[in-house]
This record gives sequence, structure tokens and C-alpha cells, in this order.
Amino acid sequence: MTDPAPAIELKGISKAFGPVQANKDISIRVMPGTIHGIIGENGAGKSTLMSILYGFYRADAGEVWINGNKTEIPDSQAAIKAGIGMVFQHFKLVQNFTVLENVILGAEEGGLLKPSLAKARGVLKHLAEEYELSVDPEQLIENLSVGHQQRVEILKALYRQADILILDEPTGVLTPAEADHLFRILDNLRKEGKTIILITHKLREIMEITDTVSVMRRGEMTATVKTAETSPEQLAELMVGRKVLLRVDKKPAAPGETVLDVDNLRHVDRHGVERLKGVSLQVRAGEILGIAGVAGNGQSELLEVLGGYAEGTGAVRLRGQEIALAGRGSDGQARRARSIAHVPEDRQTEGLIMSYTAWENTVFGYHHDPRYQSGPLMNNALIREEAAGKMERFDVRPPDPDLAARNFSGGNQQKIVLAREIDRDPDLLLVGQPTRGVDIGAIEFIHQEIVRLRDAGKAILLVSVELDEILSLSDRIAVMFDGRVMGERRPDETDQTELGLLMAGVTERPEGDAMSAIDRSLEAKETREAERHG
Amino acid sequence: MDRMPAWADAVLVPLISILLAAAISALVILAIGENPVDAFTLMVEGALMRSSGWGYTLYYTTNFIFTGLCVAVAFHARMFNIGGEGQAMIGGLGVALACLFLPMPHWTLSLLVATFAAAAFGAAWAFVPAWLQARRGSHIVITTIMFNFIAAAVLNYVLVNLLRPAGAMDPASANFPETTHLPTFQDMFAAEGSALFRGAPANVTFFLAVLACIGVWVLIWRTRLGYEIRAFGQSESAARYAGISPVRTTVFAMLISGGLAGMMALNTTMGEAERLVMNATEGAGFIGIAVALMGRSHPAGVFLAALLFGFLYQGGAELALWTNIPRELITVIQALVILFTGALDNMVRMPLEKLFGALRRRDA
Repeated sequence: MTDPAPAIELKGISKAFGPVQANKDISIRVMPGTIHGIIGENGAGKSTLMSILYGFYRADAGEVWINGNKTEIPDSQAAIKAGIGMVFQHFKLVQNFTVLENVILGAEEGGLLKPSLAKARGVLKHLAEEYELSVDPEQLIENLSVGHQQRVEILKALYRQADILILDEPTGVLTPAEADHLFRILDNLRKEGKTIILITHKLREIMEITDTVSVMRRGEMTATVKTAETSPEQLAELMVGRKVLLRVDKKPAAPGETVLDVDNLRHVDRHGVERLKGVSLQVRAGEILGIAGVAGNGQSELLEVLGGYAEGTGAVRLRGQEIALAGRGSDGQARRARSIAHVPEDRQTEGLIMSYTAWENTVFGYHHDPRYQSGPLMNNALIREEAAGKMERFDVRPPDPDLAARNFSGGNQQKIVLAREIDRDPDLLLVGQPTRGVDIGAIEFIHQEIVRLRDAGKAILLVSVELDEILSLSDRIAVMFDGRVMGERRPDETDQTELGLLMAGVTERPEGDAMSAIDRSLEAKETREAERHG
Repeated sequence: MDRMPAWADAVLVPLISILLAAAISALVILAIGENPVDAFTLMVEGALMRSSGWGYTLYYTTNFIFTGLCVAVAFHARMFNIGGEGQAMIGGLGVALACLFLPMPHWTLSLLVATFAAAAFGAAWAFVPAWLQARRGSHIVITTIMFNFIAAAVLNYVLVNLLRPAGAMDPASANFPETTHLPTFQDMFAAEGSALFRGAPANVTFFLAVLACIGVWVLIWRTRLGYEIRAFGQSESAARYAGISPVRTTVFAMLISGGLAGMMALNTTMGEAERLVMNATEGAGFIGIAVALMGRSHPAGVFLAALLFGFLYQGGAELALWTNIPRELITVIQALVILFTGALDNMVRMPLEKLFGALRRRDA
């Protein structure tokens, strides 16, 4: 018996953007009814490859074969026709349309909506039963949780009769339980003979769900292996090109006196929505307090208020001394004067001025330091000289202080921010998403630097949506949900499941199904929000 | 994705844009039955081949340097100050008041006092829109353009009712005293009886404008305030993170911007008219927008662009004087230059970027 034709076969795909070779002679075969993972660091060319497959870019060279037929894909319409569906990292849904309206959008049949809606309602019901893909079809998108919105994206693709589904970093915005549910859906789809391509940078997900995996590095396909025959360590090595330490190597913490004392902190945003609803926590010298939580539950606002660029009420004390939370004495400058350093969540819109050179960025926020002034001018020569030293110590590549920040890779941009903040030897370091969009090689380095600062007796408040990162770095973990701290755990006394429940606002282990408890909790939150918006 | 070398970005793009504008201008001149080569020759001869022509060209250039810098400084803080016209008018009021009521024994001292007054008045006129933007979020484009009309009305009232000498018919102030008269290029460079720069209005404020270029360069790239202005202009969220006050930065950038616009009045009011007249600015505040766009908000670029527009103004005046080409056509030519260098920048830039990308690939 001969093998069936591959669902997707790429032959020698190449694509260049100017001098950058994003994809170089890439070939893969994905058999029908399998889940194929594509893993690689940022900029390895994963997204470019998928964009070619979905018709956003045209390859400079190479062929696409679908189900044994050579297929031209000049645009996304052609991709849909060929049975390819794509679930983007950032959903493409109309917020004030219902689920049904979103599903038929662009696939309406005829000028009247009613027959199309009726048909879609039937199809959705069928899909929900078959794949555990249940969503209320009449609900508005804006009232759905992120996990449910993602289901709508999958439904959209299936409604267009996709046999091949591409998911781009699908778990980035999900709680662990939601991610588990997504994988159950994917598993059901596989059983029904659908072919799935999963793009991710999380090794754990690759190991958990895929049948085969391809590793990309610098535009090239470095290996394609059977998942059962590989290990996370081997994949990481293939991605980076050298051996990497996946676990953070650290001694037990030796916490000292309390450095940061946050008491009943509240924050109301510009739209009048209360984002922090009485947060209390302490961070001691020589320890890392990790804040876990799904994005959008108040962690960002916590960092902003502590960092001095959002106003709050309540009490924040640094080594027992009260800190102003509003008004003139409360800004980034005042915080830095109190030896609070801050690596913000978004280095591109906050931590760096992308058009500034690296040396200009190494004093950003500290540019009032008298050391950097000479008379009425700034002492650029000194700043530049010091920048070169900082960049060398933090292994920023290329070590060129005159290069604009935007020309560095994500990991090296983050190293510039870290170099600037850690180099000041702060008492308290606020860190948000330290390794978001950072390649594995740099993650290792950044984690080591944070642990090193802790071992030097500094207090560190770490916010991250990556649960693995929280678990491996933190000495204590506080879980935030809906503007509150739901509980504190020690990393060695908890696990992903318990934290996942806390992240969804469930404080006690439920009797029955974890997922339905989470759904109930999230629905309750959505109802509260809907009421508030009136 | 494809990046061009810096020299191509700074020189080649504006040059090609100007050539395109010139080509279309030539077609327009052809269409009305005149000879474009003759017209161009006349412009060059009138503006650049005689010393008095240069005297006019540099006089206009001085205006455009000040208003171009005004727009450029605001651009660095990502604000579109289109109120240079009004700020220059009110700056003129400051100059007139200083010259009429604080006359100094020597022109150097007078210039000092008048410069201070011009900058202070222009800055004050920019302060209100700046404050409204920073505190209340009123859009600076709307407020500054409205302030242009208010400035014109205020000036009208002051000239007609307050500064007009008794019995005079035209809405203008009295002539400034002798000691406030600034030396023209003729006074400075022409030997006794020489025709050098004869009758041309270019005066010592041109050098003040050059100093202002250097000053703005130092401010933007060498001082802490400039660092903060640029950072704020690039990313407001990053500025907030760094503790750079949006209110303070907005207000300071606009004060400097308005001050520079106000200083333009030194050239027109103190240097040329030697009294305050209605509409002394003659639209130079708006030309400043084109100058800043074309000069990429860099003082050196602003200087060169101001020179180009000075040439166009003077050359255009020559055309109107010696040919049947109507004066309005000069406005068409200027508009084409603005269109190509400002609005249609990408039309030239993108093919060039592709070209350089292709060249680099072939080398690689």
C-alpha cells in the first residue's frame, strides 16, 4: 500500500526581504491527520513561511503542493479555497458582531443575511458537538473571554471547510486550563482527519500535542523529527545552535528585611474602570516575588503605579518610607531617585526610544543624573563611553553603541534595557515580561542576570504571563485575577493546575471538572464588567 | 525593509523631488505659451546672478529659516505648529513696542532688546495653544490655526486704534527711531559708491538666523531638554515611563517654536520696513511648514530649504516683473515644490529604496 499524498508539501521555498533571507530553500511534508509543530526563535522565519502558505507573501522560489496537487496561492482567498484556515495570534474578529455574524463574515451566501445565519447556526451546533467547540452563537465577541474568541476563529476556519488549520502562537493569551482545552479540540480535529500546523516557541506544547516537529533557525529548516523521538533539550539545541540550560540554576533565597510594602493599592484607569482593587503584597530583600496571571488582570497597572506613571491610592512603602502615588512627587524620575528600577513590559513602546541610538537609550530615564551633564549640555562623550561598557557586560550584540535601538533583535533590545536598569544597582527592580519575544539563548542570560541581582540582596517584583518563567524564577508566587491577589504560593508547593485555577479566579480546588469551574468564574467576571459598562 | 544610504535619503530624494517639480512647472509654463528655459534663466539671473538679487533672496531666506525652525522644533515633539504666521505677527508687535518705546542708543543694543521682545511675544502667543494641548487635549493644529486669525485681528486693532500716528491714513505704526535701524548688507559689505547689494533688504538678521540654526541644533541634539523633546515626540508612552512630563515638554517645545517664529519679525519689521505694517509676515509662517518638511526638521536642511524657497520667491518676483507670466504662476511653482517635497515624498522614496535594495542584492 502506498502512502497517501501529503496534505501539505513545500518544496524549496525561498523568500528574501531586501538583504534579509527570511526563508531559505525550505521543504516540509505534513501528512494528513497529523499535527505538525514548527518551532524556532523570533525572526527564524516561521511567520514568513506561514504567510507564504496563506497567500500574504509570494515566495521568490519554490512550490506548494496541497493533497498531491501543485497549487498557486497568490492571495488568502486562494488559500481558503485550497482548504487552508489560519488562526492568527491577534484575532481578526469584529468586536461588536455576534459569533454567528463573525463566522459568516466574508462567506455570506446571497444578499440576505437570514438564510446564511440559519445555515451557520446549524453548522456551528454540529461542530460544537463534534469537537468540544461550544460557543454561544448569539453572543457579542466583546463579551467573550479570550479563549472563547479563539474558538470563534477556529470555527470560522472550519465553517469555510478548512482541512488544514494553521495556528500561530495560539496559547500566548490563554490560561493553562484554556490551553489544555484548546489541545483537546486540536486532538479531536486530528481524529477527524484534519491536518494542523502549530507554530509556537513553547517546547512543552510541542512535546505534548504534535506528531512531528520542524525546527527553524535563521530562515532555514534545521531539522524535522518525530516528536516521540526527540526531547526538549535536543529541540532547544537545534533552535539556538548550541546547548542551552532550560531550568534556571539558582540557590535557595535568603530573604532579608521587607523592601517593598504594598498595602491596599487601588487604581482607576482613564475610562473609570477600577483596575487594581486593593492589592497588598510585600517583597523582601534577596527574593523574587513572581506575579502570575492572564494578561489584563491588573498586573500591568500594578507595574505602572509602582513605576510612577499611573496614579493610585493606598499605601506603598519602600524600606518603611511612604512613596507618593499621585501628584508632583510621583513620576518615573522620583521613583528612580528612590532606587526603584523598572524594566517595563513593553520595551518597544516604553523601555526604549526605538529611533535613539543604543547609547542614548542607556541613560533613558536617568538622563537627569548630574553626572551626565556638562554645563548646559549633556555629556554625550561620557554617556557613549559608559554605554559601550554596559553593552559589553550584558553581551549586547552587535556591541555598537551608535546603532539605533530598532536595529537590534528583541533579545538584545531587552538586554539594553536590563543593562540600564540593573547597572544602577537598584534596591528594588520591577520587571515586566522580561523574556517576551526574546530568543531562547537570551532568555537564559536574562534569567541569570535577574537571579544574580537577587543574590546581591535586592528585591525583585516579577510580572510575567509565562507560567514556566514564574515557576522557575520566583521564590514566592502571587496570582492576580481581576485586579486582586487571589493567593500566594511557594513554587515548590504548587503546580500549573493550581496556579491555573487561581489565574481564573477559582480559589478552591473544584469537585468536578476544572474547566467548567473556570468558565463559571470567567463568566461571572464578564457579567460584572458588562454591568459596569451599563 | 530596504534601507537607503543616508546620503541618498538626505540629498537624492529632495533633489529628485525638486527636479520633478521643475519639470511639471516647465510643462505649465509651456502650456500658457511661454518658454520655460527663458523663464528659468530669468529666475536664476534675477535671484542669483546679481548681488542685489542675492540681497532679496537672502532676505526671504531669513524669514523662512526662522519659520522653518519654528515648525521643525515642534515637529521634534511630534506637534504640528501651523501657527507660525500668527506667532510671527505678534512677534512683530513685540519688535514695534521695543523699538518705539525702548529705543537704545545703538542698533546692537536695540537688536538685543527687540530680539528678546520678539521671542517673548511669539512664545507667549504659542503658550496658550500649548497649554490647551497639554492640559485639556485641545488639538494643537486646530488651536494654532485659530490663533492665526486672532493674531491678525489683534494686530489690526492695535495698529488702527493704538499705534497709528495721529492723522496717518494707513494702518501702520510710526517709523522706528534712527538708532534702531539695522545695517543692511549694503551698509556692511559695500564700499562707498559701490553697487554691491544696492537697495536690497537683506540685513544683519540673516546672521541671527544662521545663529538660530546652530542654536536649534545644539538644543535638539546636545541638551537634556532636546533629548526629552525628541523622546516625547517619538513615543509618549516611553516618555511617561522615563518620567518626562508631557505637559512640561509640550509647553517648552512650543515656547521655543513660537519664539523662533516671533524672531522672524526682526527681519521684516525692524530690518526692512522699519515700522510695523499690516500683514508683514506675507505667508512666511506657512512656507515654514514646507521648509521644515523638506529640511527633514534638521537645521542644516531647514537652511538649505529656506534658501531654495528664497530663490523661488525672488526669482518669481523677477518673472512677474519682466515676462507675461502672471504672478499667480509663481504660487503654482511653489505649490508644486511643496507637493513633491512634502506630500509626495514617498512617491520618490519608495522606487529609490527598491533600486538601492536591488543594487545591494546584485552586489551580494
